[in-house]
Amino acid sequence: MTSFLCREYNEGDINSSLLSRMLLIRRFEERVAELFKKNKLPGFVHLCLGQEASAVGVCSALRIDDFITSTHRGHGHVIAKGGDVKFMMAELYGKSTGYCGGKGGSMHITDMSIGMLGANGIVSGSLPIAVGAAYGAKFLRKTDQVIVAFFGDGATNEGPFHEALNMAAAWKLPVVFACENNLYGCGTRLDRVSPTSDLTLRARGYSMRSISVDGNDVIATRDASLEAVSEARSGNGPTFLECRTFRYHGHYEGENPSYLSKEERDHWFAKDPIDLHKNSMLSSGQIDQDSFEILDQKVRKMIDDAVQFAEESPEPDLATALTDVFAEDGETV
Amino acid sequence: MTVISFAAAIRNALAVEMDANPALFIIGEDIGRYGGELGATAGLYKRFGEDRVRDAPISESAIVGAALGAAITGNPAVAEIPFGDFLGMCMDQICNQVAKIRYMSGGQVRVPVVIRTTIGGYMSAGAQHSQSLESWFVHLPGIKVVMPSNPSDAFGLLRSSIQDKNPVLFLEHKGLYSVKGDVPDNTDFLVPLGCANVVREGKDVTILATGAQVSRAVQAAEQLIDEGIEAEIIDPRSLDPLDLGTIIASIKKTGHLVIVHEAWERGGFGSEIAALVSDKAFGSLHGPIKRVAAKNVPSPFCPRLEQSTLPQIVDIFKAALETRSFKFERKENS
Repeated sequence: MTSFLCREYNEGDINSSLLSRMLLIRRFEERVAELFKKNKLPGFVHLCLGQEASAVGVCSALRIDDFITSTHRGHGHVIAKGGDVKFMMAELYGKSTGYCGGKGGSMHITDMSIGMLGANGIVSGSLPIAVGAAYGAKFLRKTDQVIVAFFGDGATNEGPFHEALNMAAAWKLPVVFACENNLYGCGTRLDRVSPTSDLTLRARGYSMRSISVDGNDVIATRDASLEAVSEARSGNGPTFLECRTFRYHGHYEGENPSYLSKEERDHWFAKDPIDLHKNSMLSSGQIDQDSFEILDQKVRKMIDDAVQFAEESPEPDLATALTDVFAEDGETV
Repeated sequence: MTVISFAAAIRNALAVEMDANPALFIIGEDIGRYGGELGATAGLYKRFGEDRVRDAPISESAIVGAALGAAITGNPAVAEIPFGDFLGMCMDQICNQVAKIRYMSGGQVRVPVVIRTTIGGYMSAGAQHSQSLESWFVHLPGIKVVMPSNPSDAFGLLRSSIQDKNPVLFLEHKGLYSVKGDVPDNTDFLVPLGCANVVREGKDVTILATGAQVSRAVQAAEQLIDEGIEAEIIDPRSLDPLDLGTIIASIKKTGHLVIVHEAWERGGFGSEIAALVSDKAFGSLHGPIKRVAAKNVPSPFCPRLEQSTLPQIVDIFKAALETRSFKFERKENS
């Protein structure tokens, strides 16, 4: 059984790894917003600008052979688990070189080679899938793999969320339920549609260990994740991990998020996850402004290359629209 | 050959496949210690242990989703939903997850999931425990739909479904569970999906019947002999994949088609067959395609009321006579 950290996270210099992954997500999402505005991308996209720390903090605690499931707002999770921005961008362009050959799009990016079981367009839809992957790991394959199910606050009001938490708790499955609480389900604030804003209450209803962290603090999120992952890996069952965070853009690009007040946005801008981590590294002398600029240039170049790769890639062959509905006999994946 | 019940055939198929593939597991409500709501999994818990025969909470979404999550990470799964009427509780998992995950991922995953459930009426179980909802899933790309009509097919089709690398919805009529029949002892015995069974040969009318309607069609065919009509009966066994070739070949011979299913007539599987036949064999038809199906109402409780809404042998008999006696008249447009 392979058991090494995702290659993106260097334990010897974890702070730099966390910074560069968060920055990669930030620049990727900024570019996607720009490309969307220019009508370069078909369909629609949901961006996770402002939520970079929860994706990176959680995934930095995982091994490459651990699994994650994700949501409609999944770009950050793919990148944090070690996804390749070239194949992601190509998928967003609907190109043949994209992760899913152009058949999935933004909401369905999957990369089985890094244990990314798929983003999901249905709120709460992936939670039962994560439970099943965990069941197989614990009871059938008998590995010590851990499964992280990412979802938002909105999913906590869906039935499958409750079914999945109950099942995982009943059988002490190795799942980390990573709830990115960005306060809004689409355009509706959680406290208007839920009797409590304390989402850990939901987990306690299933006798499940719960942790609530400042999801904009990547170190706090990573530490909480390490604890949750360690519990899961050692057979002590699931953890509900609430990462309190905020998304800067609307539910989807092109939406006017007028429901987010200026005060609220200013409050969260002041605790930007990347600034927080960068400033902490600056003040402790782990990085200087010049080296940050160099890192940023490197990251921007990766995004430029990804866009170029996507734009130069061929459209999918029309015949591929009719393939992959079923696996054929003898096919190996 | 051994004579066993339909339920025993299901149980044997599960056992044979679990023996053959140690990665396979089954999950569902009451399937373990209890032995299955209708007894289909009796004994498997003792034989294979709790990890592989898992009693689940009453959480249909999580059951189907768990089967899916395990399947794409290396463990083929059979999920049991006690009544097909409950498929609505896990419709998202079936429709948006199980049936689509391979396609959406560009073929990165295989989905060896079988969802077994029971269907059907004629037992005063009321409107929420009597339905035959196969057409919902025939409509849906990405999941195969299988409907056995006898113990032998149940055994062979379930084994093929479990061995398939793709999602299969396996629909077992409750009324068939106690029906007994010959099942081959040979452990190599499989019934491939997409291969119709010509239950009875005849030259005058084709009767296509599914699931528990096959035996009604056979009885109707016996009565039709007295009318000088030899009916050919086809059981498609799997609705997707569909063995259209066998159906078309039969219609080319008989020139007449009666479709019998227990599901509602409107938008039912029969509508699809009628459209396909009109497209592929229009010139061979000598009469209208007749459908014998449930009336378009929820299933009533009172036995007499329920019987009045569901297909009866006499309905099949009459439909065959009607299409046989049809006289073609061309009316000029005025």
